[in-house]
Amino acid sequence: MPDTIQIDDDVLSRNLSGPIDKVDPSEAALFENNVHHEVFRRLRREDPVHYLPDSPFGPYWSITRFKDIVTVDSNHKVFSSQPSIVIGDPSDDFQPPMFIAMDQPKHDVQRRAAQPAVAPTQLSDLEALIRQRVCNILDSLPVGEEFNWVDKVSIELTTQMLATLFDFPFEDRHKLPFWSDVATTSDAVGVAGVDMEWRMKHLTECLEYFSRLWVERAGQPQKFDFISLLAHNDETKHMIDDPMELLGNLMLLIVGGNDTTRNSISGGVYFLNKNPEEYAKLKADPSLIPNMVSEVIRYQTPLAHMRRIALEDFEIGGKTIRKGDKVVMWYCSGNRDEEVIEDPDAFRIDRERARHHVSFGFGIHRCMGNRVAEMQLRILWEEIMNRFDRVEVTGEPTRVSSNFVTGYTDLPVRLHAKT
Amino acid sequence: MPTITYIDHDGGERQIEAKNGETVMETAIKNSVPGIDADCGGACACATCHVYVDEAFMEKVGQPEEMEQSMLDFAENVQSNSRLSCQITVSDELDGLKVTTPESQH
Repeated sequence: MPDTIQIDDDVLSRNLSGPIDKVDPSEAALFENNVHHEVFRRLRREDPVHYLPDSPFGPYWSITRFKDIVTVDSNHKVFSSQPSIVIGDPSDDFQPPMFIAMDQPKHDVQRRAAQPAVAPTQLSDLEALIRQRVCNILDSLPVGEEFNWVDKVSIELTTQMLATLFDFPFEDRHKLPFWSDVATTSDAVGVAGVDMEWRMKHLTECLEYFSRLWVERAGQPQKFDFISLLAHNDETKHMIDDPMELLGNLMLLIVGGNDTTRNSISGGVYFLNKNPEEYAKLKADPSLIPNMVSEVIRYQTPLAHMRRIALEDFEIGGKTIRKGDKVVMWYCSGNRDEEVIEDPDAFRIDRERARHHVSFGFGIHRCMGNRVAEMQLRILWEEIMNRFDRVEVTGEPTRVSSNFVTGYTDLPVRLHAKT
Repeated sequence: MPTITYIDHDGGERQIEAKNGETVMETAIKNSVPGIDADCGGACACATCHVYVDEAFMEKVGQPEEMEQSMLDFAENVQSNSRLSCQITVSDELDGLKVTTPESQH
């Protein structure tokens, strides 16, 4: 299966062999064609803390090494998450507040209000339900026929999980991935040709739908879904009176639980097919699944970056970041850093210390749903191994054009039954 | 060499000879003590090396600094004796320290 490179040669050669001070790793075409790793390898080697004075997203710093990412990510006093955590600012200036893009102390109270929905204790209660749903999805798949794994498995499973976390009406659940796609389809992350009015119209629908749920939940005893938790918490119950803040947090929780795990589900299938010896290891020893899950999350890095704004001058990697500068931490690069991860471009399901990756971020904004993500992936692979001899990838995937969400829209597969 | 006892949430105990200057987290990882994930590798940035410190050692271990407190704010089942074990450095003074690992690290 040769990788089909459709990328404009200019974009790649400019970034790989042009002058280092002009390198711009934020071009969405690099990600869509899965060649961004080559650009980041160059940056880590030649200019790991890299300043680009001019780009479609304005001037920005790139942080590309694992250790520097940990330094920036855990220093929330110097590196602010406000007003946004993606590289660009949308052309329509529509940036509703959400706790991932807030600093202390407001971030802390809102995150703490939502967190019980994804706490380990709550998840152990949900495990049997998730397993049942995984089994239902896998049992409904055609064996021996080609189909799109992204639609039938990755999206369906994460949608059902998200519906559970919101206690969202199950029959309307397909609205959730739609709203998630609407939220991430923005010119702020390099997606070309977005109709920002169309985007706003659907985000407003999302807000209206959830406002109704909120009012309903507020009038009932508290449960452990996101809406009920926020509606009953003293610190967040007034969010309903601030529609932009409610919408912002909804976008955060929907995207956070959707676009990320979805792409690790697809990525795992693809990586095992690209590395048949790893698939053989998995078959020989399914107890490797939890470790493999961490390796898939590292190797996929579903969110390629997070951005910060420096609140004061800061020295890092021999450079001085100035107060007010935009700083982009490239998680996709930290996860391939040769200095920290041995043979980082290899996908190895039995890798030692596989949890030592940067995909969930570090510091106070570290991914809140990391355990839900790992649990979903673990259960899915346990049940795949119970049912199928092989999930065969039958063609190259189609990838998302974005410098933020690293993922797939299409992954053709064929299932082989166990003999 | 100081001895540290790691107690898992079911009560199982492991006594480890620790090295001065290493952290309680590093000592656990080097000796394959389960129940401590330490995803960030000791940067006080993930709260996956959460432990409960035996009350008798609370004073010797000291109070968490600001960043550690921020991280503990988002850990699960935090108690007044919760600490991140990557922020506790082993010394002779801590000989006999007992720490209990939580049921799960978030």
